[in-house]
Amino acid sequence: MTDAELKIKSIQYRIRLLKYIKKAGAGHTGGSLSCVDILNVLYNRILTVSPGNFTDPARDRYVQSKGHSVEALYVVLADKGFFPESDLETLGRRQSPYVGHPTRKIHGIEHNTGALGHGLAFSVGVALAGKRDHAGYRVYTLLGDGELAEGSNWEAMLTAAHYRLDNLTAIVDRNQLQISGRTEDVCGLECLVTKFEAFGWAVRSVDGHDVAALADVLGSIPFEPGKPSVVIAKTVKGKGVSFMENEARWHHGVPSDQQYEQAQQELEALLREVKA
Amino acid sequence: MSSQAGFELGKANLDVFAETLLALAKDDRNVLVVTSDSRGSGKLTPFAAALPDQIVEVGIAEQNLVGVAAGLASTGKIVYAVSPASFLTARSLEQIKNDVCYSDHPVKLIGISAGVSYGALGSTHHSIHDIAALRAIHNCTIIVPADNLETAEAIKASAEMSHPVFIRFGKRPMPHVHGPGTALEVGKALLVHEGNDVAFIAAGETVVHALLAARDMEKEGISARVISMHTIKPLDRQAVILAAEECRAIVTVEEHSCAGGLGEACAAVLMQAGLHVPFRIVGFPDEDTVTGSQLEIFAHYGISAQGLAHTAMTLLDSAEEARQL
Repeated sequence: MTDAELKIKSIQYRIRLLKYIKKAGAGHTGGSLSCVDILNVLYNRILTVSPGNFTDPARDRYVQSKGHSVEALYVVLADKGFFPESDLETLGRRQSPYVGHPTRKIHGIEHNTGALGHGLAFSVGVALAGKRDHAGYRVYTLLGDGELAEGSNWEAMLTAAHYRLDNLTAIVDRNQLQISGRTEDVCGLECLVTKFEAFGWAVRSVDGHDVAALADVLGSIPFEPGKPSVVIAKTVKGKGVSFMENEARWHHGVPSDQQYEQAQQELEALLREVKA
Repeated sequence: MSSQAGFELGKANLDVFAETLLALAKDDRNVLVVTSDSRGSGKLTPFAAALPDQIVEVGIAEQNLVGVAAGLASTGKIVYAVSPASFLTARSLEQIKNDVCYSDHPVKLIGISAGVSYGALGSTHHSIHDIAALRAIHNCTIIVPADNLETAEAIKASAEMSHPVFIRFGKRPMPHVHGPGTALEVGKALLVHEGNDVAFIAAGETVVHALLAARDMEKEGISARVISMHTIKPLDRQAVILAAEECRAIVTVEEHSCAGGLGEACAAVLMQAGLHVPFRIVGFPDEDTVTGSQLEIFAHYGISAQGLAHTAMTLLDSAEEARQL
């Protein structure tokens, strides 16, 4: 997929995830909008995973540790053919498997997440098995920045470096906001680069909405042989909808009818512009 | 050990676990053990020496232990996560709930030095909450082996299980309560001693004390049934119901808090089956647990031949008095 096609996909994914959040009346809007470009690049450029090979032991793995942004994952998986997009009409309804966090009931999902601070340790286990078996697959884990306050992440970081897991990549959706406000006001994370480096990881930072730059960075893994890689993806929470951007209240805000119309008009205009 | 006279003393269930696992792992390189600086206390030093590529050490980080084990298991590995039961089931409870049970990655959770095995070390090291906590989590078989035979059988059975399992045991040498060749079926209680006056439904390292009590009571003309309820979940409901139908009283015995363990599980079966039988739960009451050796703590709370016989006889006497009124 070309960079231009990726840009179009990103906007289409935003349009769709807002549609299903609006229909369900619930969802993690801000975070889904901030991470969707990362998912777009992973699934359309990087990962060797498809509906046809999902049970193949040699497939790449994607683990969404920030499970609350599941709406972004759902629309990308539907687009990749893991299930019909119409399934998402049931999101959040009684007995629908499409719940507000990832579960293995859904084709394409590796691990149940939602409680924060779980995805990285799980991914370390998958990557370690790959190393021991000399399997060529890679493991990618998406972390929220607010999530990094969970101590279990730092336990997993130690283990990943100890076992020299250069088949493991963490991507931090660094939108600087969490449910209560700015990450630096809630429990400061900076300097994140220095912290990861001190834990033995190879670090790169990138604009998390520049699909070409993301594809370049994610295509050059491992950054250093013998070290796990981490991409600090600088993102904007609520990206793509003017009134949602950089507003913590859109963490799990659902737009009113009027706001929804405005959001879709903005995204449709952007889509026309990119296509032109 | 004088109270256990008459039974041949075996090894610690812990030693049997480590030997059984090593044998399994030598036959199958997909068998892995994950430790949290617990290879020594898990008697896994010989395993690490023999099969260095099949042990994963994560350091003193139990949350990580369980998360990493889940990841390994997701790739098809047969994974044993080994840590003292107190830390494994409390520090990493959310990892057990989500990464193992909810996600259905078939990790074998091995709680070593369980119950009050670390009796003198204080409540930080006691694990008398674990069964209650894990009973309330869907998709986790719970096995508490009584002796060496049950331990070896449970470990071998666990290797074949395609869903999560928690197995917990202690570190003191255990008398053999079963004869050689006894087969253990997960979810099916084992009858250790026949009897119809009172039934002891016991689990784990308390079973031998119930058996000793039954032998003492026999001399008084009271026949006591002893059931080893090695699998707490799924519970062998039929064995509990039969005990209620065929005996005049039931005493449950466990190395666990009286809250949420084997006793309450049996009580729930009986109440919901409409069976009313004189009933006592012997375990640890809701108090600051006394300290000392495992056997000293057992004796303090009536988990001894004398204590259990007394509980059973008193229960039978009071039931008889009530019947005559």
